[in-house]
Amino acid sequence: MLVLGPVNVLNDLLLRFFSQETINFFIWPLIQIGLVVTLVALWVAYATYLERKISAFIQARLGPMRVGPWGLLQPIADGLKLLVKEDFIPENADRWIFFFAPYIAVASAFIVFSVIPFGPDWAVIADVNIGLLLVLAVSSVGVLALILAGWSSNSKYALLGGLRSSAQMVSYEVAMGLALIGALMFARTLSLSGIIIAQGSDSIWYVLYQPAGFLLFLISGIAENNRAPFDLPEAESELVAGFHTEYSGMRWSLFFMAEYAAMVVVSAVAATVYLGGWYFPFVYRLELAGHHNLYVLVSLLVFLVKVSIILYIYFWLRWTLPRFRYDQLMDIGWKWLIPSALINIALSAIAIFLVQALNGWRGMRTIETLDRGLNLTASGKVIMIVIGFAGLFITAALLSRINWRSRDFNLKTQRRNIRLVNLPKGKPAVSASEV
Amino acid sequence: MHQVEIATTQETLLDSPEMVLNMGPQHPSTHGVLRVVLRLDGETVIDLDCDIGYLHRGMEKIAENRMYTMIAPYWDRLDYIAAVSNGLVWVETVEQMMGLPVPPRAHYLRTILTELNRIASHLLWLATHALDIGAVTVLLWALREREEILKIFERQFGARLTCHAWRVGGMPNDAYDDFDKDVRQFANNFPKRLDEYETVLSENRIWLSRTVGIGVISGTEAIAIGLSGPALRGSGVPWDVRKSRPYAAYADMDFDVPLGENGDTYDRYLVRLEEMRQSRRIIVQALENLPDGPVNAKLPKVVKPPVGDYYHSIEGPKGEIGCYLVSDGTAQPYRVRVRPPSFVNLQALKQMCVGHLVADVVAIIGTLDIVLGEIDR
Repeated sequence: MLVLGPVNVLNDLLLRFFSQETINFFIWPLIQIGLVVTLVALWVAYATYLERKISAFIQARLGPMRVGPWGLLQPIADGLKLLVKEDFIPENADRWIFFFAPYIAVASAFIVFSVIPFGPDWAVIADVNIGLLLVLAVSSVGVLALILAGWSSNSKYALLGGLRSSAQMVSYEVAMGLALIGALMFARTLSLSGIIIAQGSDSIWYVLYQPAGFLLFLISGIAENNRAPFDLPEAESELVAGFHTEYSGMRWSLFFMAEYAAMVVVSAVAATVYLGGWYFPFVYRLELAGHHNLYVLVSLLVFLVKVSIILYIYFWLRWTLPRFRYDQLMDIGWKWLIPSALINIALSAIAIFLVQALNGWRGMRTIETLDRGLNLTASGKVIMIVIGFAGLFITAALLSRINWRSRDFNLKTQRRNIRLVNLPKGKPAVSASEV
Repeated sequence: MHQVEIATTQETLLDSPEMVLNMGPQHPSTHGVLRVVLRLDGETVIDLDCDIGYLHRGMEKIAENRMYTMIAPYWDRLDYIAAVSNGLVWVETVEQMMGLPVPPRAHYLRTILTELNRIASHLLWLATHALDIGAVTVLLWALREREEILKIFERQFGARLTCHAWRVGGMPNDAYDDFDKDVRQFANNFPKRLDEYETVLSENRIWLSRTVGIGVISGTEAIAIGLSGPALRGSGVPWDVRKSRPYAAYADMDFDVPLGENGDTYDRYLVRLEEMRQSRRIIVQALENLPDGPVNAKLPKVVKPPVGDYYHSIEGPKGEIGCYLVSDGTAQPYRVRVRPPSFVNLQALKQMCVGHLVADVVAIIGTLDIVLGEIDR
């Protein structure tokens, strides 16, 4: 094949030194890991560039324009600058923990990329059969880094930031995990590639079956990543910079990279589970026509586009919305997101039960096969999508009923507007009794 | 001196669940060099103390050693966000003490330009207040509009921030040629832009939940503390110096005063937004009725107010800014005292903050709209 001809040449070259088994299980994964780490690091760097550009366009300005054409070299210049900056460690800090916390953050964010299916076949490093569980587990290790950084800095702002982040990430992890369960009931597997294949063989994206689940996952993902409007751990106006107040230079930028990498991870998982990952209609025809590597590359591109769209939503929200307060954030997590995730699970179970019950009722066929996840016929899909979107309203209605007494529920209707008074001119000062 | 003692020993830190957090003087959202010492239980504020004076320049003392006409530019440095209003209070105090007949055209131009300054100041307040609560985009949108006003100032006064706008007896020079066009253009664009900010904030659930019921102060309490300006009117007290003791050309203007109901941060936000609209209304009216004539009164060679004392105040963007002047009949004042609205408004901080969270302290400092240059003088 034209695109990846050199790959075969390289394989032949390696065969002179190693056995084919060593190459398959050791050398190729190493090359893949190197490629993924490099490309993801670059991607993360350019995500900062994109964020700055998009925020600039939202705010009626230009953004970086000076370094390279349209400021395209800005992330590289920033990286270089941060590398040569002083790596300052405060006198009373817990040196070793302070030293290692950024590495934990960045490692936990990057390890997750090992199971992310960027494309079919060779475009995924490891297709683990508990992929999704691994993603959730490893990304929660990132919380540890934030707590350690906040604690070891020996600064009150950093400590408050660390405390906030631990509470926030622990509560939103729950909502995030619960939101995914609905989709997993359709896919019947935890392998990320398996989830994509299940959607491909069913010719559907699970966002249609699980609109509520998708929204819940996205919201709790934003909160899990400490992004605005949930960026309390690093709330600039209150806590200066939160847990990384005392960090500088490369160590600070490692936290920064970890944040963006974690953002890419959540976007990638959302794209995989709800938007069909690298699956896109008609792309499979390339494989049928024998262009295997081209098929992989196009699928990879499809995946990147989907992830970018979700990343754009991240940026968009950040530069539009004000920040929540700490107690409100906890309210949203425990009073809204977790109950709605539970309702979503129940509704999905009911939907699947209904579709299975209807299969064979008065000659109706709703299920095609159960081998590769739940594959439905057209009528089955219609039922599922209708229940899915009805579920949005059912969830919203139930939760408003539960939460309608809470203070923050409907603030706008609770209050009258200000009044305009045309005061008489030259009237002396008011007394308290007139108020 | 401070009511909140800073717990420094290990023992006190470990024994109590309380923590003392030192906010400022270097902090992104204390609006300058305000230092606030917070005593926290978790994140709830249980006590609070303000420490000011980091920007003290001895303005009032300096004024005792300057001629009357030389003091006006110092007054620009009090509340540097609203330099035009501050300059006005000084020249008007001297003029009224001396009984100088200021020509009507100067009065009208003063009205237009101070109202433009009020809008500029409120826009900067909106920008920083929204930034404190986390809406970063509003900052740049508001600064874009403020820029239009600063351009007008630059062409009229030659400076953008500390304008030295007025002279005793009138204005240094008449309005520049395109003044009318520029101001009209701004007045035409402005309401649309203001509506834009409202779509981002006023109905926003997060904005509502961050501002409704935060920093509540009742009208009686507000009067007791001595609040003025939007902070007072947000609590529903109908008091506006422009109405009660009209100065410049405000007696001829037709405008409304917005009053809040609940005295919380959201009400003060709405009041300030509405004040911007009313300011625009005043500007358009003054521009329509702008009289012709000179802009300067005939002054004696040396400005020497008669022996005695005099108090005059105007409605600055932050509140009532006043000037108490004691003259001994020489060319220099015997004593000058500024009534600083930000300083008085800041006194309400403790009452408003206790029981709220750290994040609310930032929102409340924002809603009080303080400028440290004026607090410390």
